[in-house]
Amino acid sequence: MLYNEPSPLETRVLSRRFGMAHSESIETYLATEGYQAFLKASKMTPDEIISEMKASNLRGRGGAGFPAGMKWSFVPRTSPKPKYIVVNADEGEPGTCKDRVLMENDPHQLIEGVLIAGLAVDAHAGWIYIRGEYRYLIDIMDRAIAEAHERGWLGKNIQGTGFDFDLYTHTGAGSYECGEESALLESLEGKRGVPRIRPPFPAVAGAFQCPTVLNNVETFCAAPAILLNGGAAFAALGIPKAGGTKLTCLTGHINKPGVYELRLGFPVKQMIEEVGGGMRNGKKLKAFIPGGSSCPVLTAAECEGATMDYDSMAQRKSMLGSGGVVIMDEDTCMVKACLRLMKFYAHESCGWCIPCREGTAWLTKIMTRFHSGGGSPQDIGLLGDIAKNMLGRTFCPLGDAAALPMISIVEKFRGEFEDHLNGKPCPYEHSNRMVTA
Amino acid sequence: MTFSPQLEARFAKLLESYPAGRQRAAMIPMLLYAQDEIGSVTDELVEEVAQRVGVTPLQVNEVVSYYSMLHREARGKYHVQVCTNISCLLHDADQLLEHTCQKLGIENHGVTPDGQFSIEEVECMGACSWAPAIQVNYDYHHFVTPEKLDRLLDGLRKKQ
Repeated sequence: MLYNEPSPLETRVLSRRFGMAHSESIETYLATEGYQAFLKASKMTPDEIISEMKASNLRGRGGAGFPAGMKWSFVPRTSPKPKYIVVNADEGEPGTCKDRVLMENDPHQLIEGVLIAGLAVDAHAGWIYIRGEYRYLIDIMDRAIAEAHERGWLGKNIQGTGFDFDLYTHTGAGSYECGEESALLESLEGKRGVPRIRPPFPAVAGAFQCPTVLNNVETFCAAPAILLNGGAAFAALGIPKAGGTKLTCLTGHINKPGVYELRLGFPVKQMIEEVGGGMRNGKKLKAFIPGGSSCPVLTAAECEGATMDYDSMAQRKSMLGSGGVVIMDEDTCMVKACLRLMKFYAHESCGWCIPCREGTAWLTKIMTRFHSGGGSPQDIGLLGDIAKNMLGRTFCPLGDAAALPMISIVEKFRGEFEDHLNGKPCPYEHSNRMVTA
Repeated sequence: MTFSPQLEARFAKLLESYPAGRQRAAMIPMLLYAQDEIGSVTDELVEEVAQRVGVTPLQVNEVVSYYSMLHREARGKYHVQVCTNISCLLHDADQLLEHTCQKLGIENHGVTPDGQFSIEEVECMGACSWAPAIQVNYDYHHFVTPEKLDRLLDGLRKKQ
């Protein structure tokens, strides 16, 4: 079971069953208020459910941060078409490994969250789109779904409420782009993971062209606690405009890497020093990625006074993102780190939009040359120019996701690029090994 | 084509998991589960899946070429996937990849002559807080060191 030593500074709501014996079983779930939120919601009107979700100030936990209650309210409930629920479990944002922990430790919480969404929008079927690499989680979710069917928490007339719901797992097959909601829907329908032009948004024309609620695993997992204790109680855990808690993955040069549930607005410094046990080997912090590799990188100075929430990160021209925190110490070569990220985006670009397809390829090519000592002073400006020309010129956010870290690194760590000029070996590498492109 | 009864049962369940007339949705799961059984996506499998979900072989091929886990060539019995993305890189995953290649005597994307092992440098596998991480087929291994990797591969070699 993936479960790190908890921190006393955590606020454990979604993770409260982690570490319990057989936390993944329906017995444990039912013994700890499991499915009670669904029963409560089944006696409420859809509008009442959606207003609790809105009151919770829950914002989408996949990375985009769109208010979940509002997203649910966009589904036209009077549409004659069937409505669907789709769970985005295509966790692939570098630095992020929280949905994995949620599904592994508490699969029924996710099922209950989906059922609540089903009640809210009158949907009776749903799919959990799980990345192909997470095969063991597909098995865990399949077992949990089978248990829920056996005990009457899925299927026809659930617990005599008159509400029917069928839930299925669906495997991906290796594609970061399919974590983008419209590409995910294409993939779910058996096609290449190329994004759709919006509008129409998935709420109106989603899975199989029907109205669809599509959220991240963690977003659905928050729904049971919100319904059970009220939206206001969940909101109060966080800060105004960003309610609740966030599963935060501490990764990189830190003493206690792990997944921790922290209230929104948690101070960055305290998170590194106290939750994460400080920097590894007592080194100094050089760079900080707040929530997955698509966020602009912050310097150590920018982390002063920063808190883990949407507004604090926006003030620093970055994003809270997915919860994948990447901590880099003073010995990290930012040119090499940046090259590795560009290589990733070039590999994962679906190739539909030319600025992204060509931009990520050129950034990778120039960065590869640069890191091996073959860069020229003009290249530094060129990297920024290429990235800026990608911004806002693609149908999905992947182009921006590559451009934003590139721009931030080249602006904030320009000196490191200059240190690689004139055929100089990488100052951070003893062996001067090059990352192969 | 004939598949194991377990795989046939899985296919039958998959075809019932989507709205009527939307059986194409089963294509990617069918390809991946079948690939696990037969080793790669063969021309015969493409034809078979196309026929079962009611599309042309071309429509299956365009999907196969898109997804990194679907592959037309056979890989090793043990496919060693080393993540070198950012969180793993900060824990020297690039050196771990190099060590894996040296240990098995093959390059990235290579297969050992006996067909037992293959190596692939992969993108983020969602094991960032337990870096560096690798996957051997679908099994995760966390906090991997060169020594741990050697023991793992030696153990698999003996198991053959």
